[in-house]
Amino acid sequence: MSEDKTKYLIEGTKNKWEVVIGLEVHAQVSSKSKLFSGSSTTFGAEPNTQVSLVDSAFPGMLPVINEYCVEQAIKTGLGINAQINSYSVFDRKNYFYADLPQGYQISQFKNPIVGEGEITLDLKNGTKKIGIERLHLEQDAGKSIHDLDPSSTFVDLNRSGIALMEIVSKPDLRSPDEVNAYVKKLRSIMRYLGTCDGNMQEGSLRADVNVSVRKEGDKKLGTRCEIKNVNSIKFMQMAIEHEAKRQVELLESGESIVQETRLFDTKKNETRSMRSKEDAHDYRYFPDPDLLPLNLDKHLIEKIKKDLPELPDQKKERFVKEYFLSTYEANVLVSEKEVAAFFEEVIKTAEKKLATNWIIGDLFASLNEKNISISESPIKAKEMASLINSISSGLISGRAAKEVFEVMKETGSDPVKIIEEKGLKQKSDPKELEALIDKVLEENKDKVSQYKSGKDKLFGFFVGQAMKVSGGTANPQIVNDILKKKLK
Amino acid sequence: MTDITNNSLTKIVDLIKKKEIKSEEVTNAYISNIEKGKKLNSYITESFEIALKKSKNFDKNPNYDLLLPGIPLAVKDLFCTNGVKTTAGSKILENFVPKYESTVTNNLWSEGAFLLGKLNCDEFAMGSSNETSFFGNVINPVKDNTVPGGSSGGSASALAAELTPATIGTDTGGSIRQPASFTGTVGLKPTYGLCSRWGIVAFASSLDQAGPMTQTVSDCALMLEAISGFDPKDSTSIDRKKENYSKKLNKNIKGLKIGIPKEYRVDGMPNEIEELWEKGKKILKEEGAEIIDISLPHTEYALPAYYIVAPAEASSNLARYDGVKYGFRSSKGSNLIEMYENTRSEGFGDEVKRRILIGTYVLSSGYYDAYYLKAQKVRQLIKNDFDKAFLKVDAILTPSTPSSAFKIGEKKNDPISMYLNDIFTVPTNLAGIPAMSVPAGRDKNDLPLGLQLIGKPLGEQTILNLALLIEAKSSFKRNISKWWEK
Repeated sequence: MSEDKTKYLIEGTKNKWEVVIGLEVHAQVSSKSKLFSGSSTTFGAEPNTQVSLVDSAFPGMLPVINEYCVEQAIKTGLGINAQINSYSVFDRKNYFYADLPQGYQISQFKNPIVGEGEITLDLKNGTKKIGIERLHLEQDAGKSIHDLDPSSTFVDLNRSGIALMEIVSKPDLRSPDEVNAYVKKLRSIMRYLGTCDGNMQEGSLRADVNVSVRKEGDKKLGTRCEIKNVNSIKFMQMAIEHEAKRQVELLESGESIVQETRLFDTKKNETRSMRSKEDAHDYRYFPDPDLLPLNLDKHLIEKIKKDLPELPDQKKERFVKEYFLSTYEANVLVSEKEVAAFFEEVIKTAEKKLATNWIIGDLFASLNEKNISISESPIKAKEMASLINSISSGLISGRAAKEVFEVMKETGSDPVKIIEEKGLKQKSDPKELEALIDKVLEENKDKVSQYKSGKDKLFGFFVGQAMKVSGGTANPQIVNDILKKKLK
Repeated sequence: MTDITNNSLTKIVDLIKKKEIKSEEVTNAYISNIEKGKKLNSYITESFEIALKKSKNFDKNPNYDLLLPGIPLAVKDLFCTNGVKTTAGSKILENFVPKYESTVTNNLWSEGAFLLGKLNCDEFAMGSSNETSFFGNVINPVKDNTVPGGSSGGSASALAAELTPATIGTDTGGSIRQPASFTGTVGLKPTYGLCSRWGIVAFASSLDQAGPMTQTVSDCALMLEAISGFDPKDSTSIDRKKENYSKKLNKNIKGLKIGIPKEYRVDGMPNEIEELWEKGKKILKEEGAEIIDISLPHTEYALPAYYIVAPAEASSNLARYDGVKYGFRSSKGSNLIEMYENTRSEGFGDEVKRRILIGTYVLSSGYYDAYYLKAQKVRQLIKNDFDKAFLKVDAILTPSTPSSAFKIGEKKNDPISMYLNDIFTVPTNLAGIPAMSVPAGRDKNDLPLGLQLIGKPLGEQTILNLALLIEAKSSFKRNISKWWEK
C-alpha cells in the first residue's frame, strides 16, 4: 500500500502542506432527564417548558447527578476502548452569558470520567487508529434567540442542563475524509450503545474543529485555530478545507498563524475570527462544592462492560467470518445498527450473497434516492427476504426481480403478490419450454444448420429468441439445458 | 401578669402541650413584641397574617405529638420561603418571592411551627456585624448602638429581644456563633451535611451550614432535632438516621476529655476572655471532665485560608444574580454586558463586591495555584489538626470570639479587624465539624461573652451536653431590660 498517493496535502505555491486535525465532539447523552435535574430532555418542546428551578438557577437550588447519564458516559467510554476513571470531579466553568443561568457550566476539567481510548477508522486504503484524549460529562447551555424581536433577545432554557459528553480526539486526523470517517464511526458506536442518537439536525452531535498545517514531513505541530460549534459533517469538511488553505496562504506569504477561536460561516464558506488567545475567557475552573467527587464502583463498570452490545468492529469481524462477506461489504452493512439488523433478519431465510448485493445495491440506492433511513424504508426485511428467495428458487429471473423491486420500493407490498399480478413468474416447466424452443428452432432453420456447421456463437441467439418469445419469463438455465440437448 | 414570651421555647412547647396556652395567644404575644421592637430593625419581612392563620388552624386542629406544636418562628432571610419575600439582605433580591420552601424551614413547619417573619442579616451572609445589610443595621438588644454580630445578626437580635421564641441562622465562618456570643444566646453550627442546604441562598457552598439559635441549650437540642436530616436534593447531605438530641440531652460528662488548644490564646485578647475560658475549664473539671492541653498548629492559617475559599465559592455562587432571570435589573445599559455591569454594580453592596473581586482574583489563571489550591491544602491541614486532636479528646473548649459586641460603625471601614472576629469560629467550618457558642459570662462593660464547644464530626450530642452544664453552672443571666420599648 503506497500511502503517499492517497495522502491529503494542500499544494501551496512553495510547498506541500499536511493538515492536522483534532476534534472536540459534543454528543448529547440519550437520557430522559437532564444531567443535574429531573426536567425532560425531549426535543422541540415549547420554549421554557422543560425547565426546573435548578436549570434556571434559582437561589438555593442544588444539582444532583443523574446516575443514568453517568452510566451512559461509562458505556461510551468502554465503546471507544477507553480507560474509565473510577475517580472523577465536576468543576465549575465560570462565564457570564444570558443563556447560562448559573453563571457557570458544570463540567469536568482536571479529572474527567473517561481517559484515553481509540477508535478504528475504515478508510479506502485500510484502517487507521485515532486516539481519544478524554471524554467528560458537562451541562449544555440554553439558547439565545436573537431574531424574534429587533430590540430584544429571548432565552429558551429547555436545553439548559441537558447532559453532554465532550469527546476530545488526539490530533490524529489528516484530511476531511478522515474527519468524515471519524465522526461517522463515533456516531455509529454511540448509536449502537444507545448513548447518543447522533441526530445532527437537532444538535445532538456538534463539534469544535482544531486545524493546523505543517510542511509535509515536518514533525512539529503548527499553531492551531479552533473552529467552534460546527453541526454537520459536510460543514466540518468545508471548514477544514477553507481553514487549511487560509493558513497555508498566510504561512507561505511569510506571516504566522495566531492561535484563536474562529467561526465557520456556512453561507459565505469561510471562517472568521471570533476571539484571539489574548481575549480568551478565563473560566476560573474550580471543583463544584455542591457535588461530591464521582467515585465509581468497580462492579458497576464491570456490569456495564458485561452488558455491552456487539459494537460495529466486532460485528464487522463476525460478518466477515460467519457470512464470508468482503471487508467492504461488512463495513457498509455494520455502519448502522439498524442496517446490520435488517441484513441479519433477511439472511435468516434468504441466501447471503444475493442478500448482500441487493441490500447494498438496490435497497441503498432507493433509500438514498428518497433520503430516508432503513427504519423508514417501505420494504421490510421479510419482504426483502421473500424477493431474494423468489430469485434463488427460480420463481423469477433477476431481471423480473428488478421490476418487482421497483413496485416494492414504492408500496412495500409482498413480492409474491406483485409477481403474480404482473405475471412475472418464470416458466420452468421443461415440457412447456421444449415446445417453445422447438418453435424457435423451426422458425430459424438456416441458423440451426449454420450452428451445426460450427458457428458456435449462435447459441446465444437461440437463447435470446427463446427468452423473447416467452416474454422474458423463461427460466434461462432450463432454456440453456434444453437447447444444448436439442442442438447436439 | 406573666408574659409568655419570657419563656424558653421548651417551656412554651410544654405549655401548649399541656393546653395551658393556645398557639394564637403565643403568636399574638410575639407580634406585639415585634411591633414594639421595630427600633432594633431585626425583621426585614413580617408574615403576621400567615402566622395568625396557621396558629388558629393549629388551635382548631392541634397535633401535640410534634416537636414544635403551634410555635411561631422567624428565620434568617437567607432561607427561601414559599410565597414570602426572601432577600438575603440584598438589593439584588429586594423583591424576590420564591415559589419553593427550603428543606430546613420545611422541616420546621412539618414539626408544627409556622413562619412569623424573615430576619435581617448581612448581605448574602457576608459580614460580622449586620452592617452590610441593604435593609440597614440591626441593633443588639443588649445595648443600644451596639452590633448584634453577623451575619445572623437579625436572628440573634430578635431572639435576645424575645421577638421570636427561637430561630435559625446560617454559619459559614461563625455567622451563628459570633452573634450568639454577642447577644448572650445559644447558637450551634452543625456538622457539614447534617442540615440540608437546599433552598438556602448560597454564600460558600463547602462551608455553609444552617443551625439553631436559641435562648437555652435545651431549645437548641430541640431545634436541631427538628431541622436536621438527610435530604436527597443536597448531594452533600449526610445519609443517616435522625438523632433525638433533646431526649438524650443530659449533664453527665464524667470522664469526657476536653481539649484546650494553646493556639487560641491570641495576642491582645482581653483578660476577661481569658478568665471566661478559665471559668469554663473549671466548671467542666468540677463535673468530672478531664482537661487536656492540645495543639492545633495550623490555626493561624485558618483565617487567610477561609478568606480565599469562601470568596472564591461566593464569586461563582453569586454569578446567577445577573438581572436576566429574577431579582433586580438595572434600567441602564444598552447591551448585555452593560446590563450585567450596571445590575451588579447597583444591586450588590460594597462588602459583597469586595468578596466577589477577591474570589474572582484567587481563581484566576496564574493565581489559582498560589491562592485557591494552597488554601485548600491549608484546609486539609486544619482538618488533620482536628482529627489528630480528637484521637485524644472528646471535645474542645475555646472562647467564641476574641471580644464582646462592638459599637455600630466601629469596624465598618476596617475589614481586616472585622474579619478577625471570626478567628475562633472559622477553623470548624473549614474542618466541617460541629461547634456551638453558649453564653458564660460578661466583660467589664457588662456585655455577654460566649464559650465555644467544638465536637467531633456528628458529635453534636456531646457538645450539647457540655453546653447544658456550662449553662447551668455559669449562672449567666441575659437580663435584657427592653429599653427599646420605652
